[in-house]
Amino acid sequence: MAKLARLGLSEEEVERMAGELSGILEHVDRIAELDLDEVEPTSHVVELENVLRADAPHQSLPPEVALASAPDPADGAFRVPSPQAEE
Amino acid sequence: MSELLALTALEAHRAMVAGELDASEYADAWRGAAAGDELNAYLWRDEGGDAPAIAVERPSIAPVAVKDIFCTEGVPTTAGSRILEGYEPPYTATAVRKLLEAGAPILGKTNMDEFAMGSSNENSAYGAVLNPWDRERVPGGSSGGSAAVVAGGLAPWAIGTDTGGSIRQPAALCGIVGLKPTYGAISRYGMIAFASSLDQCGPLTRDVSDAALLLAILQGGDRCDSTSVGLPKAPSLPDREDLAGLRFGVPGDLTSHAFDPGVRAVFESTLEKIESLGGEIDTVALPHAEHGISAYYVIAPAEASSNLARYDGVRYGTRAESSGDVIEMYERTRAQGFGAEVKRRIMLGTYALSSGYYEAYYGQAQKVRTKIAGDFENAFDQVDFVVTPTSPSVAFKLGEKTADPLAMYLNDFFTVPMSLAGIPAISIPAGLAEPEGGGPKLPVGFQIAAPAFAEQKLLNAAYALEQGIGFDARPEGVSNG
Repeated sequence: MAKLARLGLSEEEVERMAGELSGILEHVDRIAELDLDEVEPTSHVVELENVLRADAPHQSLPPEVALASAPDPADGAFRVPSPQAEE
Repeated sequence: MSELLALTALEAHRAMVAGELDASEYADAWRGAAAGDELNAYLWRDEGGDAPAIAVERPSIAPVAVKDIFCTEGVPTTAGSRILEGYEPPYTATAVRKLLEAGAPILGKTNMDEFAMGSSNENSAYGAVLNPWDRERVPGGSSGGSAAVVAGGLAPWAIGTDTGGSIRQPAALCGIVGLKPTYGAISRYGMIAFASSLDQCGPLTRDVSDAALLLAILQGGDRCDSTSVGLPKAPSLPDREDLAGLRFGVPGDLTSHAFDPGVRAVFESTLEKIESLGGEIDTVALPHAEHGISAYYVIAPAEASSNLARYDGVRYGTRAESSGDVIEMYERTRAQGFGAEVKRRIMLGTYALSSGYYEAYYGQAQKVRTKIAGDFENAFDQVDFVVTPTSPSVAFKLGEKTADPLAMYLNDFFTVPMSLAGIPAISIPAGLAEPEGGGPKLPVGFQIAAPAFAEQKLLNAAYALEQGIGFDARPEGVSNG
């Protein structure tokens, strides 16, 4: 699960969290017993129509501003380590 | 000077309009007060002219303390996280922009639980905030800094965010007013996302009138947030003096659970106060509300695990040293940048959304959400408001609940159902109670919830009740307010 979430947890963290999460899930599991087969799920509470706008270009952040907070900007782009580790 | 600071924001505004109070002088007085922060409540303060992008040339309304979750151009914005240390956003959140346009200077950015995950402010990467009533106790969370500055005489008013109680609970624990508006009343643009279907901005103030004034400034639809619709009508100042003809429903399904006897005593005396003001007390059924915590702690972490995927050390924030590939860089950055509670929620959310568990957890929780919203709809056929205590206890001691995440989550027992239903709810200070285990008395909050978009009615009733209660206790040493 930590792999999926891209979280590099230590052995100790994994062990502690496993205990904590099972305690929380035990509480959460109470809703598993409710009979809700016929109920529609709610993902958004306020009734809304989809909001659309004209597909027209508008001002966006200049590249240098968008890059100003990046840890490693280079040549007008975000630089990241290679997807394949060096041998 | 302290006379100036004793004014509520509304009184100050009226004095400014009448030409009896110089707004710049008043803002300077508050900057001076904020500089005396001994509660670790501010993460950044404007010492005067520090942030040209958010400067207000002609102040005309009281300066505001802003939770550090609102992006503010050129001002450090961390959301209480190490992973955003040093981040200065290139734009300003709509809520903050509206304050500036109304003539309200920004006094500072307030400390908070990391990414708004917490009920005690102990999850901030920048240290816990102390409760001005007792510095060995928590101010509540996650908007603990915003509540502490208002209660501690370090700001006239503040804004925060509420996902499952994060405005109402700290307001209750600090003895002030906190309002979570209807979902969609205020734009979320530029408000760092925790759980997008629940997050909502709102005011933390000394009294109900100030909450109405601040809500009137903040509310409104915004093309940058397609879920924002605003209120049907901008709220006006409440002036109702009695509660005649109004019905208040007590949900036995929630209040029959165990909570602090001191809190119960204040809750019951407040119900009597409602009756003495002409209101009627009924019992209502919210049969699914007690499952709110279970549903909330699936939905909110699920949305958080998705929202927080953006913190990967590429576009902003910090990046961990790493000699390996990009995946290793992500994993190290997130391991070093996030605190324990955020990691716990990301893990919980990733699990709830993973293939094979999705229907059992996330799907089921969304169905519980439907039932809870339906329970409120049924209740509002019968009564005007639903009332509960805001928090099951008064402010607890620092460290008291950090070892048990579930015990911490149960603080949100009374506030989470309204968040899941998307309806507005306000906490007002209703009295003082001794904490379990003894000690000086601490504030207790009373929560009133109303149907969606019924903010005006809610504010009017809260105002009448506030006048009837006449809560005037202040933390020791706080003379203003």
